[in-house]
Amino acid sequence: MVASLNLLEIEDLSVEVDGKRILEGVNLEIPEGESHVLFGPNGSGKTSILMTILGFPDYKVVSGRIRFDGIDITNMSIDERVKLGMGIAFQRPPAIRGVKLGDMIHNFLKSDAKAIKKEAELCDALNFEKEFLSRDLNLGFSGGEVKKSEILQVLAQKPKFAMLDEPDSGVDIENLSIIGKVINNFLKESSGLLITHVGYILRYVEVDKSHVLIKGEIACSGEPIKILDQILKEGYGWCEKCLQINKSWCKNVDRQRKSIKG
Amino acid sequence: MSTDRERVLKVEGKPASLGPDLDIGEFTREAKAWSACPVPLLPKDIVRQSLSAGIRADEKDRVGTYFQIDHSVVFQGIQKVFEGKIDMMSTKYAFNKYGWFKDYWWKLVQADTDKYTALAERNWDHGYFIRVLEGQKVTLPLQSCLFISKDGLNQNVHNIIILEPEAEAQVITGCVVHPNVQKGLHVGVSEFYLKKGAKLTFTMIHNWAQNFDVRPRTAVFIEDGAKFVNNYICLKPVKSLQMYPVAYCKGVDSKVRFNSILYGGGNSYIDVGAKIVLQGAGSRGEVISNAIASDRAQIYARGLLVGEHSESKAHLECRGLLLSDKALIHAVPELTAKVGGTELSHEAAVGKIGEDQVQYLMARGFSEADARSLIVRGFMDVSIFGLPDELKDGIKRIVDEAVKGTL
Repeated sequence: MVASLNLLEIEDLSVEVDGKRILEGVNLEIPEGESHVLFGPNGSGKTSILMTILGFPDYKVVSGRIRFDGIDITNMSIDERVKLGMGIAFQRPPAIRGVKLGDMIHNFLKSDAKAIKKEAELCDALNFEKEFLSRDLNLGFSGGEVKKSEILQVLAQKPKFAMLDEPDSGVDIENLSIIGKVINNFLKESSGLLITHVGYILRYVEVDKSHVLIKGEIACSGEPIKILDQILKEGYGWCEKCLQINKSWCKNVDRQRKSIKG
Repeated sequence: MSTDRERVLKVEGKPASLGPDLDIGEFTREAKAWSACPVPLLPKDIVRQSLSAGIRADEKDRVGTYFQIDHSVVFQGIQKVFEGKIDMMSTKYAFNKYGWFKDYWWKLVQADTDKYTALAERNWDHGYFIRVLEGQKVTLPLQSCLFISKDGLNQNVHNIIILEPEAEAQVITGCVVHPNVQKGLHVGVSEFYLKKGAKLTFTMIHNWAQNFDVRPRTAVFIEDGAKFVNNYICLKPVKSLQMYPVAYCKGVDSKVRFNSILYGGGNSYIDVGAKIVLQGAGSRGEVISNAIASDRAQIYARGLLVGEHSESKAHLECRGLLLSDKALIHAVPELTAKVGGTELSHEAAVGKIGEDQVQYLMARGFSEADARSLIVRGFMDVSIFGLPDELKDGIKRIVDEAVKGTL
């Protein structure tokens, strides 16, 4: 049996921003067709992983590498990575005056009759007024509108691999269900990495595997529902302990290995 | 003439309070006379250049046209259906035609303001007169082109617009030079009167040359319930441009809005402001200025709101984008409250393109260069002007072309 191909492979990744270490020895593999979720408390480095995967220049890779679709992308520019098939819905995108949401959508869909139909479908699916497309990007958008606009852009782009940064934060219950269903439909046919720290979105989105990020390190990986239940029950404090136990366990393992070798 | 000539002659050497001082003697007053002719029959290069300032030679979607080259009026007229409803002619013709015309002449702008107003008084080279009669609502634009075809020329126009009560109009005016023209001096005195309930959207596009000097002097008088929108676009390099138009919101519920989009390239020296004087109860004003400076351009973006009525309100917004370390943008927002109850506010932000914006657009697949160009074009978004489609698309194209040429 041939092992399924990994779409994204992160190997021993350490990252600094302004000289400060924010990710430490992160390993992550997402096979083609799978969607994973990344849990973690505020400030644990979840968004930093996405920014690094996408190549934001402030995030300096000090060791390790990132492969996407079999290609080493560690030193590629953001737009080159996007051309390979990555897409992202940001948590807090900047406002850009005079640049319309429609400009973004048209850049992905081009502008034939088919595209106009597609655009209308996407707006409908997200229950988005079409006039929104002529508004300045993120300028005066409400929290829910920001999320929808970000997801709309990802849907128009149709990337092989979608990264969704907290699509459920600050969204009311009706919109959560709309957004959740749209994301679930999309991920069924592609791959992705979803960030959430409250997990609401998982009521609507099926994912294959979850990881918990604590202080820039992956503390554990496993079945999404089990891990989420544990987090909801015990809080992230439990994961922190778990990380410490794992580390000491690993050190013991290393020692044992060394002693065996010796 | 109604002005005191002696008084005016005294200020012939008086520099303007702002902007570099010019030696008027450097410019020539000698221009060949152009004979009247339909705009489409003008030389092709003139037609093409005027299109770059929004002037349509075919007059499609235009109600009337005034076309002046150097010191000559080559065309003035309106479509037949609007005869008796709109006047569109040279101010010189109007001066002779209407006895009451002098009541509007040098009434808002003082002829003895500085050497440029004095020059326009002494050497008056036509200019447009537009009058929309009472109750006439004209949705399609009236267009006016002030063209300079000779290098080194001095052209002084004096324009008058009158909107009679409840009249509505769109005016687009383009000031353009021939590609062979580098140097010259354009002085434009403009006095606009909006009577009760009138609405005027006035859009001006300037396309000058690298070594050209420009000194417009504009004042607007707004009566009860009237609304004036002034849109200004200047995208091509200019040696020096200094203007500080003023709107007097005299009437109850009078409204004014100044929008400007400036792109300073090369060694341009641009000093452009807008002043609003709120005199009527319920008067409202807004200034939105977007300025981009590249190369070694210097832009002074000014704004002054003066609250003279206790029930008045105005806001000033000045945004500047610096594309070069050798360029300069100096925002000067000023507020003067003379009575309690007037609400005046301003916001000013000047800086480089935000890297977070560039990276965001790159994450949407744009190259870095395309992302920057998109942000610059967005900065010059003409949808703030609130123009009808007949003008909006054309003006958007002009801006896009200009940005493409400069980035």
